[in-house]
Parts: sequence; structure tokens; C-alpha cells
Amino acid sequence: MSALRLLRISWVLQLKMIMRSPFDGFGNVIYPLFFATVAFFVFRAGGGPRTLLYASLGAAVMGMWSSVSTSSGTAMQRERWWGTLELVVSAPRHFSLVLLPATLGLATVGIYNLIATLLWGRLLFGINLSIAHPLLFAFSVIAAVLAFGGLGFLFAVSFVRYRYAWVLGNFFEYPVWLICGFLVPLTLLPRWVPPISWVFAPTWGMNAIRESALGGTPLPDLLVCLALGSAYVAVGILVTDRVLRAARVSGSLSLT
Amino acid sequence: MAAIEVEGLRRTYRTTTGSFRRRSKSIEAVRGIDFAVGEGELFGLLGPNGAGKTTTIKMLITLLIPTGGKARVLGLDVVEDAKEVRRRIGYVFGGERGVYERLSGYDNLRYFAELYGVPAREQKARIGELLELVGLAGREHERAEGYSRGMKQRLHVARGLLHDPEVIFLDEPTIGLDPVGAREVRATIGSLTEAGKTVLLTTHYMFEADALCDQIAVISHGKIVAQGTPTELKRGVAEGAVVEVEVFGPAEEAVARVRALDGVSSVSVEEREQAQVLVVQTAPGVELTHAILGCLDGADVGRISQREPTLEDAYVALVSE
Repeated sequence: MSALRLLRISWVLQLKMIMRSPFDGFGNVIYPLFFATVAFFVFRAGGGPRTLLYASLGAAVMGMWSSVSTSSGTAMQRERWWGTLELVVSAPRHFSLVLLPATLGLATVGIYNLIATLLWGRLLFGINLSIAHPLLFAFSVIAAVLAFGGLGFLFAVSFVRYRYAWVLGNFFEYPVWLICGFLVPLTLLPRWVPPISWVFAPTWGMNAIRESALGGTPLPDLLVCLALGSAYVAVGILVTDRVLRAARVSGSLSLT
Repeated sequence: MAAIEVEGLRRTYRTTTGSFRRRSKSIEAVRGIDFAVGEGELFGLLGPNGAGKTTTIKMLITLLIPTGGKARVLGLDVVEDAKEVRRRIGYVFGGERGVYERLSGYDNLRYFAELYGVPAREQKARIGELLELVGLAGREHERAEGYSRGMKQRLHVARGLLHDPEVIFLDEPTIGLDPVGAREVRATIGSLTEAGKTVLLTTHYMFEADALCDQIAVISHGKIVAQGTPTELKRGVAEGAVVEVEVFGPAEEAVARVRALDGVSSVSVEEREQAQVLVVQTAPGVELTHAILGCLDGADVGRISQREPTLEDAYVALVSE
């Protein structure tokens, strides 16, 4: 119970910090709108209303993913700059209870990205937002947020040990757009790509969101997305102690 | 049982130099130190920047793994029993870092209360008590980014005490504070031992260690060069004299010649406005003023004075050996 309480309070405080940063806020407001605009112009040429909704949902998840991938690295880097990393590491609670709420907080901001992108598409380009299974759509979004948070957590663990690994967060941003089928269906990609896509929860989260919005069977995708998200968290927790021990041996925790 | 026991503690860092042809290099920050701190004692680890104070404290609070020797806090090994050690110690460091600036002082404390497992029903009262103790009551709902340096430092102290630790590590807690702010923090530190806490304080201010500590260990270049009560350390340098020579841009060779004179215990160069002052500590009964001036032949020399040694001189002599 106390671990859940810590997760909840840390998540609220992380959201407070994210929302109080004018620069982070500006990026989060503007980026999704760019994604939506690009997706609309790319798909407008050959698509009907269903294709445009397909693209709009893809752009929305792109925004969610970007929020997690780029920010989870910089979030840890900020802890170093602020001098708080050593304090949270030297606290008696397991370090994963510090990291997980941070990345979940970032993933939660992704919900705003999703809503902003869909509304932008509706208001400016008239994309019809009829959702076939609203309840499953909501569950799919929540599953995607949790899974993205889990993947961000796995990244963040490595960012604690390797100071410059936050750059990898940026590196993963664009390839995931492609290999997880945010804009281009996986069937159009070379045959060796989908097996890679399947280990990424965003692939399944994207499918679940689309299936629930466009009218399909989102449940299997939703469950795989949650299972993969849980697996990321489990692996992250398992490697946290090892990573922290390595950082304590190398003395890299205090470095900025 | 001592609250803190340190035996032959060592820490070496590996670092690399060069961009294309990288070379690995070892730096010995702490070179086998021993000391013990009794329960309820305020122990000062005194030394200049880079002496190994912070590295020592970081090994004791489990943030660094020693490369040699042993350290125990409350009988617990700092490597093997790290989790239990963390539960029972508090850590406060000086400076403005270590605060979530976008959160209020209250939210900072609430977060760390959770991290240190302070029971939910006790948190509000505990945070309130500590805010009163460090003089931040009434300002706790303001964002920490608007706090003065002194207020942030006091917030650090409150954070370090949230879980009522038995042993508290204070790493240069008054660094960069104005005299009033520093005095307030020192008063808070003094009250910790009155409450039965064991405190290990690092500082490079001799007077601070003298005013607060029961025992002092002077650390220099990773080794402990003197240890005892403030009175014992003062006694060690009560004899002899200090010659101060104001000199404009003394050459390094000239300072080396002064250092090599018979009867010279230590030499340091202090910056004072336009000039430098050569502070030469001499053995008892030796008159060296003429010999010192002879070594400085050719340099522009200003005022020359002689005085009794102070505790500050003792410290300088110890760390420049």
C-alpha cells in the first residue's frame, strides 16, 4: 500500500513540475499540432474520412511517444543538474519507485497530446472523430500510457548509469514512429521489420487505439500492450539494483 | 559501540584523458583513513577543497562503494547493509542544489517524507515541526525557486531530519551562506546533538569546527593528518610564531626557498587585494625574518609583521604538510 501511495504522490508531483515549466509546456502544446498537420497533408491526397482518422490517430500516438522518449532521458539528466539524483538514490525506498512515477507522469502528458491532435484535426481539417468503441478506446489509451511509461522507465534506468544515454531517447523517437506503424501500416514494411515491431508496446498500443476507434477487436492488442508494459517494468526493476551498484562503483551519480 | 567506525577506508576514481588516444588514470581521493565517532558526538572532518571530505561522506552514506577498507554506521556495513544504513541516517549538503525548484518547500518535504517511509498519518505534523525548527514556517507553500540560498539550505536541513535519523551527515552545510544565515544553520546543528543525534560534519572553516565539534579530524590529500579535540589541536601549534610578509607577485622559486629554510614549519600564500601575503609559521625560539627577506630578494616587499599562531595557522600548517 505504501508503495502505491508513493507512486501516486510522486506522479502528482511530477505532473506539477512538468506543468510548471513554460518551455516543456510550449513544446507539448505545439508538437502535437505539427504532427497532426503533417499527417493530414500526407494522407489527404489519397484517403477518405476513415484514412484521415487512421492518420490522425497515428499522429496522436506519435505525440504521446515523443513526449515519453525524449523526456524520460532529460528527466534523469535534470535530476543530475538539480543535484537531487544522489538524494533520491540514497533514500531507503527502491529506486524504481522514484523512476516509474517520473516516466508515468511524462506518459500522462501524452494524453493531452492525443486529445490536442484529434481536436486539431477535427477543427481545422474536419476529420470525423467517431469512435466505434468509446470505452475500449479509453482503456486502450490508458494501456498505451502505462506501457509507454514502462518503456520510458526501462530507458531511464540506463540513463542513470550512463550520463549521455539520454541522447538515445531522441534517437528512439523517430524509428519507433516508423517501425510501430504509427503512420505507415506494418504490412507495407519489409518482412524483417514486424518481428522487431512486436517487442515494442507502442505497436500494440497503436493497434488497440485504432481498432477501438475504427471498429475492430482491440482487446488482444490491448492485453499484449499491457503485458509488454509490465514486462518492461519487471526488467527495469530487476536491473535497477545492478545499475545503481555499477554507478556507485564508478562514482558517476554526482556527475552532471 | 561507536556510531561510525572507519578502518583503512580508501577510494580510487578512474578517469580518462584525451579524445582520440584515451588514457585511463587513477586518482586516489581517500588513501586509507581511520576514525571513530561515538554516539551523540559531533565529529568534524576538516580539510581544504579536494581533500577527500565529500568522498568520505559519500562512502558512509552508501552513495559510493569504497575501493578498500571498511566502514560501519550503527554497526551496519555501508556496502552490505546499505538499505538499512539509509533508513537510519540523514544527509544534508551545502549549496543551492538538491531542491526541486518548481515545487513548494512543503511539496519537497512531502516527497522526501514518502521516500524515507515516514508514516502517512505522521507526515503533516512532522513537516510542520521541522518547518518551525528551521524557520520556514509560513513560507512553505511558496515555490522553492524563489527561496534565498539560506532558505534552501534550511530546507535541506529539514529534509535530512524528516525520518528522525540517528546519525546525520552534514557536508559543508554553511557553504556560501551569509554570516547571519550560517549562524542560523550552526545553531540548528548545535541543537541536533542536544537531541542525542550523532553528527558528522565536513567543513573547511576552522572556526566552525572549533565552535561545534567535540572531535576533529583534519584531512589533507586523502589522509588524516591530525585528530583530537579542538583544544588538543590548538595545543599542537601553541608554540612558535607566524611571520607575515606582504609581497607583490612572489616567484614560486622564492616561496620554495622560504619553505626550505631551517625552522620553517609551513608556508602559505594568501591573496589580499593587490598584494599577496606570505604566511610563514616558524619553530619556537627561531628568528627568521631576515632569512625570509633574503629568500625574497628582488621582489617588491611591503609590510612585515610577526604574531602568535592561531587555530587557523594550525590548520594551514597541517594541510600544507
